[in-house]
Amino acid sequence: MTTVHHHEYDVVIVGAGGAGMRAAIESAPNAKTAVISKLYPTRSHTGAAQGGMAAALANVEEDSWEWHTFDTVKGGDYLVDQDAAEILAREAIDAVLDLENMGLPFNRTPDGKIDQRRFGGHTRDHGKAPVRRACYAADRTGHMILQTLFQNCVKLGVEFYNEFYVLDLLLTDVKGTQTASGVVAYELSTGDIHVFNATSVVFATGGFGKMFKTTSNAHTLTGDGVGIAWRKGIPLEDMEFFQFHPTGLAGLGILLTEGARGEGAILRNASGERFMERYAPTIKDLAPRDIISRCMVQEVAEGRGAGPNKDYVLLDCTHLGAEVLETKLPDITEFARTYLGVDPVVEPVPVMPTAHYAMGGIPTNVNAEVLLDNTTVIPGLYAAGECACVSVHGSNRLGTNSLLDINVFGKRAGRNAAEYANKAKRPELPKAAEKFVVDLIDSARTADGTESVATIRKELQVEMDRNAQVFRTEESLGHAQKVIQDLRKRYTKIGIHDRGQRFNTDLLEAVELGFLLDLAEVVVVSARNRKESRGGHMRDDFPDRDDKGYMQHTMAYKKGEKIALDWKPVVITNYPPMERKY
Amino acid sequence: MSELGVVQSFTVTFIVRRFNPETDAEPYWQDFDVEMFSTDRVLDGLHKIKWDVDGSLSFRRSCAHGICGSDAMRINGRNRLACKTLIKDLDISKPVYVEAIKGLPLEKDLIVDMEPFFAAYREVQPFLQTSAKPEKEHLQSVEQRERFDDTTKCILCAACTTSCPVFWTDGQYFGPAAIVAAHRFIFDSRDEEAQVRLDILNSKEGVWRCRTTFNCSEACPRGIEVTKAISEVKQAAIRGVRL
Repeated sequence: MTTVHHHEYDVVIVGAGGAGMRAAIESAPNAKTAVISKLYPTRSHTGAAQGGMAAALANVEEDSWEWHTFDTVKGGDYLVDQDAAEILAREAIDAVLDLENMGLPFNRTPDGKIDQRRFGGHTRDHGKAPVRRACYAADRTGHMILQTLFQNCVKLGVEFYNEFYVLDLLLTDVKGTQTASGVVAYELSTGDIHVFNATSVVFATGGFGKMFKTTSNAHTLTGDGVGIAWRKGIPLEDMEFFQFHPTGLAGLGILLTEGARGEGAILRNASGERFMERYAPTIKDLAPRDIISRCMVQEVAEGRGAGPNKDYVLLDCTHLGAEVLETKLPDITEFARTYLGVDPVVEPVPVMPTAHYAMGGIPTNVNAEVLLDNTTVIPGLYAAGECACVSVHGSNRLGTNSLLDINVFGKRAGRNAAEYANKAKRPELPKAAEKFVVDLIDSARTADGTESVATIRKELQVEMDRNAQVFRTEESLGHAQKVIQDLRKRYTKIGIHDRGQRFNTDLLEAVELGFLLDLAEVVVVSARNRKESRGGHMRDDFPDRDDKGYMQHTMAYKKGEKIALDWKPVVITNYPPMERKY
Repeated sequence: MSELGVVQSFTVTFIVRRFNPETDAEPYWQDFDVEMFSTDRVLDGLHKIKWDVDGSLSFRRSCAHGICGSDAMRINGRNRLACKTLIKDLDISKPVYVEAIKGLPLEKDLIVDMEPFFAAYREVQPFLQTSAKPEKEHLQSVEQRERFDDTTKCILCAACTTSCPVFWTDGQYFGPAAIVAAHRFIFDSRDEEAQVRLDILNSKEGVWRCRTTFNCSEACPRGIEVTKAISEVKQAAIRGVRL
């Protein structure tokens, strides 16, 4: 018999990465707040971010938030909602100063200010030249943000429920309106179920890169929050846009920061040519990630790859010198040494694109309120960070804009969730609130089929790498969709070894795979429907951007077992779409 | 890299200390033979066991490249991160012994209760405390920033604390990681409450319990000079802080 516990909070935040803890810091002093995470907070993948956080502080050279807005819009290939991008760039400055005031140890300029470095797609005066906009702490900026936010949560006495896996969002019908009323979580250490009745719920659950084989993402990034929203009938926006970061360690996918190129590192093909000069003559190796990843794959496809199998390109840091590598890029220097046995000080590092970041996700407005369609808000429900789609990243996110996103929109989500909770009445729970999760866990724990979770997951990842990665076609995506549908059928016949209640990570992985399969299908169906190439979505069979047909956000809806697609207009304020050249 | 594909695989024997609180009175050792490549990590070996042989094998992991701090464990008697320990760096002519880190309550297989560890961390007030209200950022020179750089690298994996013989015998001892967290703020020029933390660590279970065995420095997967940081805190407790 499953034990069920009940809790009441004004605000429940799901996820304890950057967005979740930034939200908690706003919410906890003003409303009774709980943060629920399937990990310990400091394990969250914000900690893996390396290069920096963009803000037009102008500490080292002239800069303006308006230039930052333009770069974000252009970087996203004009699918960015421009009102949201303006908020992102404008509030970036305070977001960085907030973190410094909370204790974040940024690198410093000779006059003691926060130092800034170059990053891909961030330019002076609308594309004229690279600009130093990324505020950084060596190449562990994400680590320092995660630690600083956690430290401030400790300071504020924020209540954490660690290793609690949220598996359902509760919605209650309040006078005909679907309203957030809480979440249901599975406690990993005991197997108990916990029902949280809350006035506001904030989803800050991160991404779903584990649907790909080659990825910079953690094992735990399985799209749980986005998957829950999907199952509850919330649409998902722009899911076809997934970012492949150019410089993953070849064969492994471990991230090497774009900050390396910000410091002057160069991409070279087998003959040593700096090939980005051909593709992006103005900003070369600091072109946005989508462009660089495509060029790398093209170099390899055309036989100019390096190595015995000509299947990767080289990141050359050798001219930077040992001191720059050891002081500004120490972690990635160590990653290359540890995992490939390559010393970046003396030899170039083999790299290839790695699945990195979901531009799409749960649709929200600029107040971080979750949308049920193009305009209708679900009262009390908020989302921020990678799980959300505001959309500030459009079809391709600029480097350093995600650490910014989690801080700007995490803060907005926390503040708005607390304000709402203080004025709204806490909705009653729906009937048998825990039933869905109890049934889900029971059926998983007793699953005795013949299919293996690990095998299905591996086949999904291989298929997504092969057919839904940097280059896509109708044929490849059609194949992927068929494979995913077949894997979903096989998933209903899985078997679980561990029948226990305590720390049943076997069961956990099975549930996570369910979310990955659901979301992979949404990614592929959305990608099939977008018959153009834009940002992170490159169609070999439709190589051009088509503003007449597709200058709009994809909105995917779950209709029974089918996926229905619709569109949502892009918000354009100051920047009419132009050809994207660098 | 596909050149890795031509490398020969070989059999590695893992001997893992198992414990299921629902069925076992005592932990026991279990052998697994796993096909591995030299560039694989111990974490890959554990995954192969979990995914292909015994799904009940339980351990924590997340990022798999040494930055999240989930998978600290005792590998051949030394505290390491499983995701940063490559097979090629182990002597695989002998079995690889894997067990949970010591000194924290064992929960299941390689999972321990981390709560006492985080409780010690919270006790040293690991957050910036300052009365300054700068209009923008606090100013801090490159040298002042460098002063505490090493201890900002900590990922709270507990490899240091659970390698410390003093911590094994006295679980009340704050342990190296908590002292590292204190160091990070004691030597931050922006912070004004160094003395409060020094008073906390000047107590019976504080820095003076450290016997300078250097286990912690050897265990740290981030290369932090933990013993040096503890010594600096000891010095500061006697002579005050010089930033």
